Amino acid sequence: MPEKYHIETRPIPPRRPRVGKYGIVDWREDCCRCHNCVKKACIYDRHREETNYIRNLTDVDALFFDCMGCFSCVQDCAKGLLSLSLNPVYENLGNAYWTPEIIRTTWLQAETAKIPVSGAGYKGRFSGPGFDAMWTDMSEIVRPTRDGIHGREYISTSVDIGRKPAFLHFEQGELARPIPALVDLPMPLLIDMMPDQYRLSRLEPAMIKTARKTDLIALVDYRSLPKLARSQLRHVAFYLDQGVKMPDADMLRQTRLVEIADGPDVAERIDAVKQIHPEIVAVVRVALTSDGVERAVKLAEGEVEAIHVVADLQGNEVGAERPRFIKDMIRKIHRDLIENSRRDEVTLIAGGGIALAEHTAKAVICGADLVSINLPLLIGLECHLCRRCEPGGSCPAKLEQVELDYCVGRMTNLIAAWHGQLIEVMGAMGMREIRRLRGDVGRAMFFEDLEEQTFGKLFTSGS
Amino acid sequence: MANCLHLDPSELETLLPENTLKTRVPQYECDRQVRPAPSRFRNEISKYILLRNENCIHCGKCMTVCQHKVHVTYSGYKLFPKGRYHQCIGPSCAKTDHYCVDLCPQRALQIAENPMIKCLGDFRWPADMILATWIMAQTGEVPSADYGYDYECGDSGGGFDRLRFQFPDNPPADIEGEVDTTLELNRRDDGRPRITIDVPWYGGGMSFGSVSNTTQLAKARAAVAWNTFTCTGEGGYMERLRPYDDHVITQVATGLFGVREETIQRVPIVEFKYAQGAKPGLGGHLLGDKNTVSVARMREAVLGISLFSPFPFHSVYSIEDHMKHIDWIKHVNRRALISTKVSTPTDVDMVAVGSYYAGTHIVHIDGGYGGTGAAPDIAKKNIAMPIEYAIPKVHGFLEAEGVRDAVTLIASGGIRNPYDVAKAIALGADGVVIGTAELVALGCVRCSRCESGRGCPRSIATTDPELAPKMDLEWAQQRIINLYHAWRQELIRILRRLGLRSVGELRGRTDLLMHLDFPPDKTEDIQ
Repeated sequence: MPEKYHIETRPIPPRRPRVGKYGIVDWREDCCRCHNCVKKACIYDRHREETNYIRNLTDVDALFFDCMGCFSCVQDCAKGLLSLSLNPVYENLGNAYWTPEIIRTTWLQAETAKIPVSGAGYKGRFSGPGFDAMWTDMSEIVRPTRDGIHGREYISTSVDIGRKPAFLHFEQGELARPIPALVDLPMPLLIDMMPDQYRLSRLEPAMIKTARKTDLIALVDYRSLPKLARSQLRHVAFYLDQGVKMPDADMLRQTRLVEIADGPDVAERIDAVKQIHPEIVAVVRVALTSDGVERAVKLAEGEVEAIHVVADLQGNEVGAERPRFIKDMIRKIHRDLIENSRRDEVTLIAGGGIALAEHTAKAVICGADLVSINLPLLIGLECHLCRRCEPGGSCPAKLEQVELDYCVGRMTNLIAAWHGQLIEVMGAMGMREIRRLRGDVGRAMFFEDLEEQTFGKLFTSGS
Repeated sequence: MANCLHLDPSELETLLPENTLKTRVPQYECDRQVRPAPSRFRNEISKYILLRNENCIHCGKCMTVCQHKVHVTYSGYKLFPKGRYHQCIGPSCAKTDHYCVDLCPQRALQIAENPMIKCLGDFRWPADMILATWIMAQTGEVPSADYGYDYECGDSGGGFDRLRFQFPDNPPADIEGEVDTTLELNRRDDGRPRITIDVPWYGGGMSFGSVSNTTQLAKARAAVAWNTFTCTGEGGYMERLRPYDDHVITQVATGLFGVREETIQRVPIVEFKYAQGAKPGLGGHLLGDKNTVSVARMREAVLGISLFSPFPFHSVYSIEDHMKHIDWIKHVNRRALISTKVSTPTDVDMVAVGSYYAGTHIVHIDGGYGGTGAAPDIAKKNIAMPIEYAIPKVHGFLEAEGVRDAVTLIASGGIRNPYDVAKAIALGADGVVIGTAELVALGCVRCSRCESGRGCPRSIATTDPELAPKMDLEWAQQRIINLYHAWRQELIRILRRLGLRSVGELRGRTDLLMHLDFPPDKTEDIQ
């Protein structure tokens, strides 16, 4: 059995006051100062914490909102002076796609590195747009063992980036062509560059260090390259935008992966990179605009060995009036590649809109080999996604002041929590290798299909 | 007392193993009478609040006109204290002749929605549904329409929440006599006892550890009162449950916590738990904090460590292996019916049919949106299909196999009110299992903190020696008895409106349902 992939983590508490969902409104007038005050009985001790918080308050931009919402004090107060309220800051977190729930769970995972567990049943909507319109399958009685979750077996989450030829060429018993280089990642995750509006100078070194700690690879724009140690280069992939000159040959030879922006001269640029470093795997970055899907499929017909398709931050087709969602675009690309008999010749990396650990598994089921993420790592640093990032701005997470260790710790924790969750869903599916999950839509159930097969059949006229 | 086993005592003696007969204790008896069981909390959460301004001259007119006893005063006090707002029916009172807001001579009163209500509930269990369940548990009746509680559906936007009954324009002639809500659990004709329960549901498996001793016993007593069942869960068979043996399902789960031949021999139904809907394929998990002294002793485990019930049964990798398990239980307990609890993967229909051929009496499918003491959020939301899809799929497949009438199909995982019960049965189930609804009846607010630290702050799902005793057993049993009464009465009303005489007639009657996303040509009959 190969050595297990394990990420070292430790709890990294938040720097800023927690932004919880609930706050307690304390109407102190008429308090009878009874000896059995419900505030003392709070099993989470939140009232005492709030008092301490206010006593030591130095910054008045954040109130105490860390109540668990159990209503116990509200319902037991002798004078009925307490009530609960929703935290308006919590409600305004993120946007329609990056919901407050997503942001809060990301914060918790970045803090604890644990899989979020809760009691009671599922509290959300029945289904929803995008990735919420699919469920992953599980195996019941009659499928092979699935003991990986508790460690008795190994569930592999490692993936390869690069070309996997359908067969090998031999001449006189010797390999006629060299086996293409492969980059092996222990998890189907590529750390992508931050979008322009969130690109803060302190983040890149942290992302690179996180990549090293988690044995992943971070994409770094070669134009704004931070100072890099030689030992870090193995976990860095240079991104070469159009018109950017070839990287320093010495540095390039230390890397395993390079990403090149799609353009008319992409084939020549790949050749140029390979001239310097023949063992490098070159990825072509394709924006999922209206012709992005077709472009990705077309690129695969050539000599391109890996394609990174990127939707917008919400996972939508870029610039389209009625955009397709990334899950549907991945499925289309995957199917087209199969029809063209090119699927194993090319690695498909999908980015944009990957917000939760479950999206990784779902994107892989839809046909991606791996996904790329950026915003979740930023949110892990307590970002509110409020876009008040300009220097000297009123960033509630004070991201301009973050320290490297804090950033690396929180990002590492988040990736570890995602890995744990990936193991959970794969374990439930009875899958022991994520490579085998790619495109296996039989391991998922889609909302539209189930609705049609169940209710459509029952309730459509004439049935 | 009602007895679900159609056996006289002498027959029971021939069936029960010798050691069970020797150790059998007198069985608890309990009536099903509705008695008021008001909230155990000092301040009830209300949908509306009453605002009184400074114009009030304390004339007391509001007290005399209000039929719902919302306004209160205490002798010796000049000012009005906070009223019983939870009894206020809100703006719908305006159409009556006792609306305090209109009758106040000083126009000093105003009714508003309680802003705190936004903090209660979620998409599956909106605030109205929780408040309505509390009223049912308190009074034994569904809340009157005056309250305006929209408790029949949640806000999840799919499944049961998009299904409606198509009640006929002209209700059929009055159904004379009692509407039959009983459910037969053994349909195999295999010589094992016929077991009939009086309501088409029974209590879900909640282990000692996940819930308190009081919660477990309250469920058991309600099961006795309503001649139905409760389930031990997988945490072992507490000695305290022995007076309820005839109404207990004991679970054989993958962890085999507390499973012994003698516990299997005590009960009329043994349930194999392969998976649970909230965390399919992941086994059970009791977090270390909840492994208290009493739980550790019960499960013969080390105090304070997390207890995992692995997935799957390591002795079962095929239906044949499953059959072997069933034969083992049938051999150990000659009167037991076998229930097989599985979750809802895409091949749930195949699993159900396979389980039938393996010899099970009850196929229990547990959908993804049910509750549990602790489950990874990723599993609750994403793994396996909701029960609304699984019921018709399994029902149809069992019918196609020609074995539908030889097996009882039980559904669970998101059954929240009597309308969900009726919808699940109309989709093809014979009956349902409920769990969260019982906990809500006991005062659960679904804060989702069952798993953490000392457990439930509401004293329901905790074994903490300080928290758990805060709930009184008699009160708790009465709340669940009342809830069952309200559900049954409402279920009967639904059946009467549909012109049906028994709950069995409703099974598979999807023609009585409609889906809002697949509207029929004629939509004016929608309830």
